[in-house]
Amino acid sequence: MSTKPKIAMYWAASCGGCEIALVNLHEKILDVDAAFDFYFCPCLLDTKTNDIKALPDGELAITFFNGGIRTEENLEMARLLRKKSQILIAFGSCAIEGCIPGLANLTAAKSLIDTIYHDNITIDNPEQITPDPQTQVAEGPLGVPAFRDTLQTLAQVTEVDYFIPGCPPESHQIWQAIAALTAPAGPPPIGSVLGSGPSTVCVECRREKTDKKINRFFRNYEIIPSETECLLEQGLLCLGIATRQGCGGLCPEVNMPCTGCYGPPAGRSDQGARMTAALGSILDLGDTKGINESELLARIEQALGTIPDPVGTFYKYSLAGSIPGGRQDP
Amino acid sequence: MNRTLDHTIVGFLCNWCSYAGADHAGGSQKSYPHNFKIIRVMCSGRVEPEFILEAFRKGAAGVVIMACHPGDCHYKTGNYQAAGRYHLLQKMISQLGIDENRLVMEYISASEGERFIEVVNQTVHTLEGIPPPPLS
Ligand code: FES
Repeated sequence: MSTKPKIAMYWAASCGGCEIALVNLHEKILDVDAAFDFYFCPCLLDTKTNDIKALPDGELAITFFNGGIRTEENLEMARLLRKKSQILIAFGSCAIEGCIPGLANLTAAKSLIDTIYHDNITIDNPEQITPDPQTQVAEGPLGVPAFRDTLQTLAQVTEVDYFIPGCPPESHQIWQAIAALTAPAGPPPIGSVLGSGPSTVCVECRREKTDKKINRFFRNYEIIPSETECLLEQGLLCLGIATRQGCGGLCPEVNMPCTGCYGPPAGRSDQGARMTAALGSILDLGDTKGINESELLARIEQALGTIPDPVGTFYKYSLAGSIPGGRQDP
Repeated sequence: MNRTLDHTIVGFLCNWCSYAGADHAGGSQKSYPHNFKIIRVMCSGRVEPEFILEAFRKGAAGVVIMACHPGDCHYKTGNYQAAGRYHLLQKMISQLGIDENRLVMEYISASEGERFIEVVNQTVHTLEGIPPPPLS
């Protein structure tokens, strides 16, 4: 039996990209292995849930928990791993704020099931089979974990010690976070966001920013943007201004607008609200001397009418963890 | 029971025009519905979209932003910024299942006490006509 402190990585409602990001530490993963006993990770190792249940409480030094809480199993694992871990880290956008799976909070759970198992034209399901928690088959009852009404974030269901944002977190930032947790000076204060900075992606983006106002927005396919000017100022919905720094500005670097995967910047709880605030301030309303209310409204409508889906765009990664959390009457 | 009168309507009033307008109404002994709760802000541009979403999350039946008329903002462009945010937020709350009529923006000057009362009454009236807030 290894005497090294144990670490774990678990996936709930997620895509597996977070595990890839960890493996992308490349040879540094050997340093992790030298310092820790990598004990549990369903994506990479063969340890079972029962092995975790058998551990004394607090036996896992650190657990990286990625994925949102969508099923009863996700919830059970979140609670189990909380009990067994000294440090529980919400790892990646899904665990922190729901990410893409969190967009399902715009739709009632029942309609999701209907769409997936019945209503899509490509579906052939004559027996109307759905993943019900209990199904009777010849050999006896079969169960799958129940699908919950909404997707919740890890911190909405249990206590979380640290947060590492990103979809997925950048590998060098994961390393930074591990280094911070094992620093001789002691770990950072509980609740800290690790592997990122407090400000926005704009501080990492090398494009030239002026005070240019915008009179209409474009979808990505509509224009080929200049490679040196701020993408937002060119009318693309770049979320850098409402997104936490930490990625190094990777997307704007290759001429793609930021879509917001690092979540809201420090001290802010709602990315969509941040983006709305920012857009309200940069509209080009032309000459406003003597403008009346209806003319003002018409110009605003013209500029903002080119944004087809504000909620889906501004909360692409953060809906479940946002102030509204999802649709109120799904 | 009148559901709308049970629920708070939050009014964000800019200090320089709309709040003075409400004050004007008060000075001339006009009354307005008791569930309209006023928060004075320096400028409508100070009303963060977070404030509005938070008000709805906490169960407000409606949110009203009152600003200086175009051209009159004490800080020049605060009301234009507020108008842009308001427009986007209306779209967003309806995507989020909150009736867009629950969010109102009006321009009230310091001398428009009457208009202030009118807007508040009108808002209460409109909210009575839509189903109770989904939250709270
Ligand atoms: S001061 Fe009244 S809207 Fe700016």
